[in-house]
Amino acid sequence: MNTSGSNKVIENTNTLCEKSRIYRNTFKAWVQLDGNNLSDGQQLAVKYFTVAVILFFAQILFGMLAATQFIYPSFLYEILDFSVNRMIHINAMIIWMLYGFIGCVYWFLEDESGTEIVGLKLGNIAFWLLTSAVTVVVLVYLLVQIGPGKDSSLWFINEGREYIEAPRWADIGIVVVMLIFFYNVVATFSKGKWSGIAGVLTLDLVALAGLYVAGMFYMTNITHEQYWWWWVIHLWVEATWEVLVGVIMAWSLMKLLGVRRKIIQTWLYIEVALMFGSGILGLGHHYFWIGTPEYWLTIGGFFSALEPIPLVAMVVHAVYDSGTHAFKNGNHPALAWIIAQAFGNFFGAGVWGFMHTLPQINMFTHGTQWSASHGHLAFFGAYATINIAFFYLAIQHWRGDVWMGGGSQNAWRWKWALGLLNGGVLGMTIALLIAGYEQSFIERAIEGSTWAGYFTAQNHPSFQSAMIWRLFFGGITFAGFILLVWDLLTIGKGETRKALMIVES
Amino acid sequence: MNEIPLWASESFWKKMAIWVTAGSFLILVVLTMDSLSKTSAGSQRVPAYSVINKKIDYQYNNVSHKFMPIIGENEFLFGKEFTDEEAWHLVDLGKKTTQAKNCMNCHTLLGNGAYYAPDLTKAWLDKGWISKELREDMMVKFLMDPENNARTFGSNRKMPNLKITEQEAKGITAFLKWMSSIDTNGFPYNFKTINAEE
Repeated sequence: MNTSGSNKVIENTNTLCEKSRIYRNTFKAWVQLDGNNLSDGQQLAVKYFTVAVILFFAQILFGMLAATQFIYPSFLYEILDFSVNRMIHINAMIIWMLYGFIGCVYWFLEDESGTEIVGLKLGNIAFWLLTSAVTVVVLVYLLVQIGPGKDSSLWFINEGREYIEAPRWADIGIVVVMLIFFYNVVATFSKGKWSGIAGVLTLDLVALAGLYVAGMFYMTNITHEQYWWWWVIHLWVEATWEVLVGVIMAWSLMKLLGVRRKIIQTWLYIEVALMFGSGILGLGHHYFWIGTPEYWLTIGGFFSALEPIPLVAMVVHAVYDSGTHAFKNGNHPALAWIIAQAFGNFFGAGVWGFMHTLPQINMFTHGTQWSASHGHLAFFGAYATINIAFFYLAIQHWRGDVWMGGGSQNAWRWKWALGLLNGGVLGMTIALLIAGYEQSFIERAIEGSTWAGYFTAQNHPSFQSAMIWRLFFGGITFAGFILLVWDLLTIGKGETRKALMIVES
Repeated sequence: MNEIPLWASESFWKKMAIWVTAGSFLILVVLTMDSLSKTSAGSQRVPAYSVINKKIDYQYNNVSHKFMPIIGENEFLFGKEFTDEEAWHLVDLGKKTTQAKNCMNCHTLLGNGAYYAPDLTKAWLDKGWISKELREDMMVKFLMDPENNARTFGSNRKMPNLKITEQEAKGITAFLKWMSSIDTNGFPYNFKTINAEE
């Protein structure tokens, strides 16, 4: 009995494998991408990009589930509760953006260093290690969800700390993978040639990996715990990630518009000085209300008010460079997304951040939908956009450097995807801002933040309708995403014209 | 190329980037050491865990122009006086449980987290617990079986059953009581505590 049972399992597995192979081959035949167009490093990069897109999908899907629960609280109650959906929503975001960044760096590493990647095999192992770890973590989030109040829960299920919920074992895995990535970057530049871009990238990666360790400890004292937690979250997204994007942007602008290296690198150094000069002590705006001393009100308020300056500089930079090169470039969708990045970063991180960063205002906006409004526009504007721009650069090269300028076929797709995604996120941002204003007035200012005050604000018609609009614009974003994926898979297919080659001017 | 002034040159900005980053980071490290020492459990701003033996209130201070926690006379939790060690153990269990149950992805703690459920910073002092006599018991029962003790305030949002044990529920209650004693620079503003109606 047993043998026949296991035989059946093996048989079923074989048919399943066979079927998936057929599907894969059909897909490959349809998508018509030629791996010979890619260098080894670029082949590794597109693996990261693929997983990034899948996780981007997960981010939007679970975000919409959570958004639905705001309107129908009984939806998936005790099956996939809000806490689970919301956790996967924000974790998928952090991880897909990291995948995107790692992919971008592997993509230009060989070009920038002028040599082959030193530890390619190691890089591939790290990719599979990280991807299996992410899969296990997500499955545990979905199936186990929570544990008893013991250390083992924090080690194996969930650390319960917003944005860095991944259990401790996965933290260690992430550090190992980041170290392998770091080794590949440093060793490759050392073997080839160093540049200003390479130097900034290397130092930024040291900070990025090192900061993660600050978030790997359990503490009873919640003030200390949140203190270090913000070291990771803030110094990642408002400092090291911004600089990483600066590096990726610098390389992209050289390739896309042919901007001179000397100008690009000078700009990059200015960005680093402004970004770290405002962002490192701007961390103080998270230390207003967690029990930390009052001097943070002054320091955090002052330096975080300076944080928009580098973002303004980036807009100037992008617009100026595009203007001086008369928008002449070989990849229209990529340039459009880069322009979207400059403005999205400025409005989302800069303007929306500044609006509630001063302590006198933050006293009433802290812990309301203001933060969600800012979070949506900032993460999308600063980080989703640059990754999408890079996906277009990658797919163009993968197709064999085909024409992606004016008059390319089916250009409506990328234009509509751009419009729907940006419009969708902007719509969610405005809806959440209205909800945030309403909460600040009713819950915080009038009711004094009691539980009754919280629910008075949540039940208010203007809050309720804002939640409906948010879900609606989430749907628009989702539609944009579907169109984006379709476009990425088909753009340039059957195109015979070669891309406009931009040389340094 | 000689016409490029110093302030626009690559090497000038390279040095600026390094010095500004290093300087800012150094200041942050110094401030971090100061902040950590001023917020260790048992400090002025963050009371010792044994504060769960005391009455806690939150009132406007006319001198500093902000709301501040007020630690009063003895007011035992669960009718028991905890030693420093016992108090730490109980608060620690509560803190660990709030992480293991992923509270932060619905609630905010010290204003940080998700916005699907109310802030827990001063939850211990909230008027929603009706009276000080009922409070402890209500909190423990609610945490252990939120569905049947639901407190939805007309929103239809119910906390799911998170299989919290009685000991864990007591731990969370102790943790919430301790957290309400932290000096949060006046956040939240204008909060009327459960003590105010007496």
